[in-house]
Amino acid sequence: MVKVTIDGIEIEVPEGTTILNAARMIGGKVVPPAMCYYSKLKTTGGYCRTCLVKVAAGSAKDPRPMPKLVVSCSTTVQDGMVVLSSTSPEVAEARKGVVEFLLINHPLDCPICDQAGECKLQDLGYEHGLAKTRYEFPRRTFEKEDIGDKIKLHMTRCILCYRCVKVGEQLTPKRVHGVMNRGDVAEISTFVQNNIDNEFSGNMIDVCPVGALTDKTFRFKSRVWYTKPMDAHRDCKKCSGKVALWMKGEEVLRVTARKDANNEAIDFICNECRFDKKNASDWVIEKPTHIDRHSVISANHYEKEEQLKLGKFTDHKMIEKEAPKLPAPKTKK
Amino acid sequence: MQSLTTRSKVASNKKMTFVEKLYLPAILGGMRITLNHFFKKKVTISYPEQTRPMAPVYRGQHVLKRDENGAERCTACGLCAVACPAEAITMTAAERKPGEEALYREEKYASVYEINMLRCIFCGLCEEACPKEAIFLTDRIIDSGYLRKSFIFGKDILVDPLDKPIDVSVRETKETREFKTHPEFAHNKLNTKSLK
Repeated sequence: MVKVTIDGIEIEVPEGTTILNAARMIGGKVVPPAMCYYSKLKTTGGYCRTCLVKVAAGSAKDPRPMPKLVVSCSTTVQDGMVVLSSTSPEVAEARKGVVEFLLINHPLDCPICDQAGECKLQDLGYEHGLAKTRYEFPRRTFEKEDIGDKIKLHMTRCILCYRCVKVGEQLTPKRVHGVMNRGDVAEISTFVQNNIDNEFSGNMIDVCPVGALTDKTFRFKSRVWYTKPMDAHRDCKKCSGKVALWMKGEEVLRVTARKDANNEAIDFICNECRFDKKNASDWVIEKPTHIDRHSVISANHYEKEEQLKLGKFTDHKMIEKEAPKLPAPKTKK
Repeated sequence: MQSLTTRSKVASNKKMTFVEKLYLPAILGGMRITLNHFFKKKVTISYPEQTRPMAPVYRGQHVLKRDENGAERCTACGLCAVACPAEAITMTAAERKPGEEALYREEKYASVYEINMLRCIFCGLCEEACPKEAIFLTDRIIDSGYLRKSFIFGKDILVDPLDKPIDVSVRETKETREFKTHPEFAHNKLNTKSLK
């Protein structure tokens, strides 16, 4: 076990843990945003640079600070390391720059995009970005593409995080899509228009942090915040069958994997569950999915009080911790 | 009981005199007041022919604007509906098909867009929330009706008529006009390339 201090909060973590995972163990504001790293997929991370942190002291043995900001998703902690994440203005400035670069070619078509409301790039831009762009040149554009008959690819929105490629590599035996070309013209595409018909290919929709890969069965059906997410399950031979249903009244508009506090799928689900089971009678509905109360989806979303308190969700814990304590009322004696 | 206003009078059962019993002075007094009003300035107007001046920011019936090429600006993003405190707005989105580029500005459009005018409180928050400059409140007054269903305004009433567009330029603030022409907000302009 090694001791590491992130934003003044000390935590003991196993050796070989990355700074990002150590921060996620603390939870709350400390956690650097991550667009490409996905803990459930191997060899992700290192592409997007949004998780930059400042290392103020390398280790107890060598307390010199690291010369540059480091990517927290692929830097392992050392004993006595001191990390600044949300408290460093330098980090905030760097993240702002990264957001600006990520948004250079992004079409900003949030009013049209199905991901709006649950988009990580939207959150990131809102938190760290500028309200306006300094880029005056034409943005790169691509034709819309169908990846298989159930997935739509909007390449213009892609930030090239490679998560979907890793899904193809690690969840399905035969990857038929990947990143073509290089640099500015790099794009996700299928090899010679090969359809993806693997049972787990739908998970690339869930891992996509932006609206580049979207569910064609949900395309333009509703905005995310008008649907009510519900935890549900069914007996499935191929996957765990534990999903989140996005319902409008009695209608199931969309099925996704359940997400944890870091917006990562808890269990990957199969395409049968995702695309073919669109009746409420196919599912056993458990309870409303936990939604962070700062999210637009939480409008008109009700959960039980105990669920909010007992849940292992960091946002509420942090809110309770950070809330200023009211002075005790003065009583006359 | 203590009176609530200063105008209350204590009624008396005093017997009327002979002159008072004739009622003539009282009738004449009343006639004088009525006649005086014939020579005063009228407070009413004959409404449909004459109209009162309206404030430029009066919030009346909504309009869904078209862009300079006549295509509907609304993309059914739902921000007006989420901003609406009275929950008066509902919509259904649809995907634009090839060949409909002249009708709809973006790849998604509202196939159904309804405002329940009985629910609407004319607060103007939909106008403020709209990222596409599509919805505006105008100085038109909602007509009265006999049926509740006649107050659910669909696209047939709301969308700007092509032949005589409704002028909403007075409602655009200096800031919005600057925003529209600002080079740093170029993403706000129509990018014809990305629409293929």
